Amino acid sequence: MNPFAQKKIFLEALQALRLKKKPKETATKTDASVCPSCKESFSKNALEKSLFVCPDCGHHFSISAQTRLDMLLDAKSVRFLNRRLQGGNPLNFPSYEAKLAALRSETGIYEAVVTAVGKIGGVKVVVCVLDSRFLMGSMGTAVGEKITRAVEYATHARLPIIIFSASGGARMQEGILSLFQMAKTAAALERHADAGLLYISFLTHPTTGGVTASFASLGDVILAEPRALIGFAGPRVIEQTIRQTLPDGFQRSEYLLEHGFVDAIIPRGEMREAISRLLALHGRTTA
Amino acid sequence: MTTPKPRTAADRVALARNPLRPSVTDYIDHLFTGFFELCGDRRQAEDASILGGLAFYKGTPVTVIGHRKGKTLEENLRMNFGMSSPEGYRKAQRLMRQAEKFKRPIITFIDTPGAYPGIEAEARGQGEAIASCLALMSRLTVPTIAVVTGEGGSGGALALGVADRIFMLENAVFSVLSPEGFATILWKDASRSQEAAEIMRLTAQDLLTLGVIDGIIHEPPNGAHEEPASVYLALDAVLTRELSVLCAQSGDALRKSRYKKLRAIGNRKEAL
Repeated sequence: MNPFAQKKIFLEALQALRLKKKPKETATKTDASVCPSCKESFSKNALEKSLFVCPDCGHHFSISAQTRLDMLLDAKSVRFLNRRLQGGNPLNFPSYEAKLAALRSETGIYEAVVTAVGKIGGVKVVVCVLDSRFLMGSMGTAVGEKITRAVEYATHARLPIIIFSASGGARMQEGILSLFQMAKTAAALERHADAGLLYISFLTHPTTGGVTASFASLGDVILAEPRALIGFAGPRVIEQTIRQTLPDGFQRSEYLLEHGFVDAIIPRGEMREAISRLLALHGRTTA
Repeated sequence: MTTPKPRTAADRVALARNPLRPSVTDYIDHLFTGFFELCGDRRQAEDASILGGLAFYKGTPVTVIGHRKGKTLEENLRMNFGMSSPEGYRKAQRLMRQAEKFKRPIITFIDTPGAYPGIEAEARGQGEAIASCLALMSRLTVPTIAVVTGEGGSGGALALGVADRIFMLENAVFSVLSPEGFATILWKDASRSQEAAEIMRLTAQDLLTLGVIDGIIHEPPNGAHEEPASVYLALDAVLTRELSVLCAQSGDALRKSRYKKLRAIGNRKEAL
């Protein structure tokens, strides 16, 4: 689909949400998507209008990094950073390069994170968005490097940074080098913090492992989409370790809010406005 | 005498996990004097899987922090086999901040299968606890030296490993996940852990080649437990040498070069 047309749909949908109006129904029955939560089926068009949130049960569908940026940033304000940066194959892991090449042509992005400068309601920000279609949004050297460079850019240009996480954690195929990206990104964010700048960490489904145990947990403000799985150890690993079934709602956004690890749960329809307000609250006083 | 077979990575994983290997308490007994243990994270609990405290190293007060697994079954259970909870990482942070206040160098000993995957650990913010350790260690203004003595498992190991200098014992391993976990995730088959160990590049020599660590402490032919005294001696020489270099630098210089070092990991041509 034409990206401008899609962006227009998002902006209209956001406008409609603000006015508490139902968006126009022009649904076509072609390429229907089934909600994994309530099993209701919807046309792609209807889902786009609801920002890929199930109109029936409120389930937040996973969305691509590009779709997220389209929903978040002012029209035509985006400028990508290090768009083509790629990693290598430090372990010589069998068929890793072929897998990456296939994902690149499938998703149209070079790695599991997209980093950009853009504007939200006229306020300039640096944004990183992990894309779960790309090897579960896992962090290898390229993802760590892109995020670090984005943070360094924000520090240098004195801009706020917003990171949307959606990741299985450190990328196995790059071994120990993936693990150290956790330290590298955390260290870059400390320098950003020292400069007195704002970091908003936005957790989306799923955020686990080495991403939860590094940059995702270090925001001045930590927001989460409803019902997102957020944790360090994955639920299966925990079940195998303790040999018990996990309680319902365990490691979901609401559970983290209750336990004091996120500031607020923000449905997708309120994302742009919530971030706008936070940016305003961290702006210079105009008294 | 026959020439010994070259040691495989899987052999080293087994050696790294050998319960007879010297542990953090042995290193403290043989390399430091006047050890005074400090307990608790001041928020929730004491986590025995991370030992911390103060000691003299050749007359200089230092902070020592290290994972411990325990040597008897009773100890293993109390120390959760070296798998720490958020309280352990928060205790480590408390002791690191304290070391900074009193301008003491910090020496960490790493030996853990990984952070504990449990309900309470998640409820109390395992991810946040580790993330804060990484962030704090990256900004400390006192010298820090990390020594991987056995198993360097995942984020739970890295939480004590963001140091000015990282050394590994010859048969220690340091990896993104245990070989069992790696095989489970990538091949859905934990029994292929030996194969995983060979491919993961987790030995001391691998990490030196990858530019992640600064040096290797040699072990006796059959491993550190065969003749621990030689390992203490070798480590002692390294600590003395590195501390004298690091203690001569300002806090700001330490921070800057630590960042530069972290920044370079994974940026060699084989990776990026």
